[in-house]
Amino acid sequence: MIVLAAAAVFLTFQTFAASRTPLPFIPKAVQKAEEGHAKVMRRNHMNLMFHKRDQTVRKGIRTDLNSLKGCVACHAVPGPDKQPVSFESPQHFCRACHDYAAVRIDCFSCHTSKPPGGEDLAVK
Amino acid sequence: MAAGSKITYQEINASPGFYLGLGIAGLVALTGLAAAYFMESNGHHVTGMNNQIVWGAPHVFAIFLIVAASGALNVASIGSVFGRTAYKPLARLSGLLAIALLVGGLAVLVLDLGRPDRLIVAMTKYNFKSIFAWNIFLYSGFIAVAGVYLWMMLERRMNKYSGAVGLVAFVWRLCLTTGTGLIFGFLVARQAYDAAVFAPLFIALSFALGLAVFLLVLAATCALDNRPLGDDIVRKLGRLLGVFVAALLYFVAVQHLTNIYATEHHGVERFILLEGGVITALFWIGQIILGGLLPLVLLFHPALNKARSNLYLAAALVVLGGLAQLYVIIIGGQAFPLVLFPGMEEKSSFFDGVVSTYSPSFPEIALGLGGIAIAGLIVIVGLKVLRFLPASLQGERR
Amino acid sequence: MSDNDNIARRKILGGIAGMAGVSLASGVTLFSFAGAKEPGDAVTSKVRWGMLIDAGKCADGCDACVTACFKENGIGSTGRPESDPQWIRKVEVRDPKSGATKSLPVMCQHCAEPPCVDVCPTGASFKREDGIVLVDKHTCIGCRYCIMACPYKARSFVHEEITDQKTHAPRGKGTVEGCTLCVHRIDAGGTPACVEACNDTSGGAMLFGNLNDPMSEISKRVAKYNTRQIRADLRLDPGIRYRGL
Repeated sequence: MIVLAAAAVFLTFQTFAASRTPLPFIPKAVQKAEEGHAKVMRRNHMNLMFHKRDQTVRKGIRTDLNSLKGCVACHAVPGPDKQPVSFESPQHFCRACHDYAAVRIDCFSCHTSKPPGGEDLAVK
Repeated sequence: MAAGSKITYQEINASPGFYLGLGIAGLVALTGLAAAYFMESNGHHVTGMNNQIVWGAPHVFAIFLIVAASGALNVASIGSVFGRTAYKPLARLSGLLAIALLVGGLAVLVLDLGRPDRLIVAMTKYNFKSIFAWNIFLYSGFIAVAGVYLWMMLERRMNKYSGAVGLVAFVWRLCLTTGTGLIFGFLVARQAYDAAVFAPLFIALSFALGLAVFLLVLAATCALDNRPLGDDIVRKLGRLLGVFVAALLYFVAVQHLTNIYATEHHGVERFILLEGGVITALFWIGQIILGGLLPLVLLFHPALNKARSNLYLAAALVVLGGLAQLYVIIIGGQAFPLVLFPGMEEKSSFFDGVVSTYSPSFPEIALGLGGIAIAGLIVIVGLKVLRFLPASLQGERR
Repeated sequence: MSDNDNIARRKILGGIAGMAGVSLASGVTLFSFAGAKEPGDAVTSKVRWGMLIDAGKCADGCDACVTACFKENGIGSTGRPESDPQWIRKVEVRDPKSGATKSLPVMCQHCAEPPCVDVCPTGASFKREDGIVLVDKHTCIGCRYCIMACPYKARSFVHEEITDQKTHAPRGKGTVEGCTLCVHRIDAGGTPACVEACNDTSGGAMLFGNLNDPMSEISKRVAKYNTRQIRADLRLDPGIRYRGL
């Protein structure tokens, strides 16, 4: 069921963007990622995040790939004032899909949802 | 005595008393849930708890219910493990009450967590050195064992196993209360705790509280459902309660004498016994006089213990005394400052060296009462749908 | 700001470590930066981070370490001091017999045998291989048992919602927190903010280093001088040591 639903969501995003079904607006990332990143992340981001957060918190492994900070920075969405929006905004990268799928996430009750440095980061 | 198999058990009637009880308990339980939601959405700063007193009124109520739960099962054990046939008719109610009280207590404990939404974490990730983790198993196991025990008693074909299961239940409940007592007993950091006597102290407390609650629930049910309740059984329970209260006072004396003997602990004892304000008052007036000595007089004085109302009064006082005792242990133990530098005076912006004050807020008390109400709901519904209580507890006339 | 500094520092350090790896036989470290690790390496018990605090140099009334910690980790005041978290505090200790006073900072003592780790039901309270005691807020259920168990009053419960956290210091309502020894700085090869502030602006009363490396400055001083751990009678072997108590 879950796989089917995920596949359905995936397909809708990809193919039927112009159909009458209301769709989430997926913001573009700041930087170009490696090939296949989006595909892997769409299905597995939660597992990867769980795995890597444990590595970071418990073992002190802090590569760029382990960094939630990295995700948030690259996927920053500029608001009306050209500054990255926080999770308060429905435009926030994570919310765009999670609101649509009605899946609650818990990350930003502790983590900041804005990229590090705030105004220092250029959002194109 | 009549053989056990002759007893007729009956559900309670859908009387006005039943609906009244259901209504009140439901309302209080809902208020408790609303209070928990309020605390959760605002954060614990809306409570009387803070970073000095991190466990407050909810923990007093929760531990009261958990301790009473294990004690409530004793009545069944006395019947089936110790072979006292007079207690046999009460065994089923004893099992039901034990489960209900434990569920109520756990509800309070869980709803007070900082992140109750993460209960699943507590159920899936265990640190086996943690007494809390042991307790998760002891509590869920207790509900299972008490459930099986009830089944053995309710199902005629299974009656023959009720003695064996009852023995398991009795041992389990001793372990459970030991685990609850050791939450405090194994805390090396705090002056008021760090003593193994907390294990037997909590067991004695559970015997007294469990029986007192049982007596009150039995009396109320029989009164509201118009069931005869014989003097004989009430007097038996009363005498037993007196013995348990005396045992409890003994362990309290040991607990404090140990500390009074050791100079190191004079500070905390002076605080609890002499200079602690509310805590001292609760200890002497609430716990010792009203919750201990007065019930002993009511239960053992030959002129006073004839009147049944005095026995019920004694049970109610034991309940209040138990609440006072847990308040003194939990709040008093935290209010006395940690000693970082023995023999020195300490001062800081984080209230080092200062006795902390605590006043319970409405949501905390509402949550605690909500737990009692949840236990009440389970008992009322249980009595209505299954045959937990004999039609008559008149006993034999002599 | 400090985030960018950290990223920069980490990149530079990574570079240094890389170069060292090329030019030296593996396992040989020439600079006394014992413990500097690559971002991808897991921490090991070869390192035991610790601190030596010289109460003789800690000025009465100076709270540079506290201010630096609160700034670094985004700890603000809500005007409710009873429920506000404090990761580090200045404690004034007075001998009632002689009247002599000492002032010293107290934070998580990063015990080798931490009672908070013992009592935590979910294992959220844990000790890293390198001796840093932390709360994994992902699995903390907010039961506060660790606060009950800590002899140092080092842990705080977050009583209200927090917004605008520092990127490197996630904090949130309903969980327990405490001094992390600035683990984010340590993993990037830096020193805790309190130590840095004490060295920069104050008397240099705080020294941070690897207690497992006999050649480190902290080990040398611990070997040379008479130092004490708070509540040493509990045998928890804290990583924070004090001199001149």
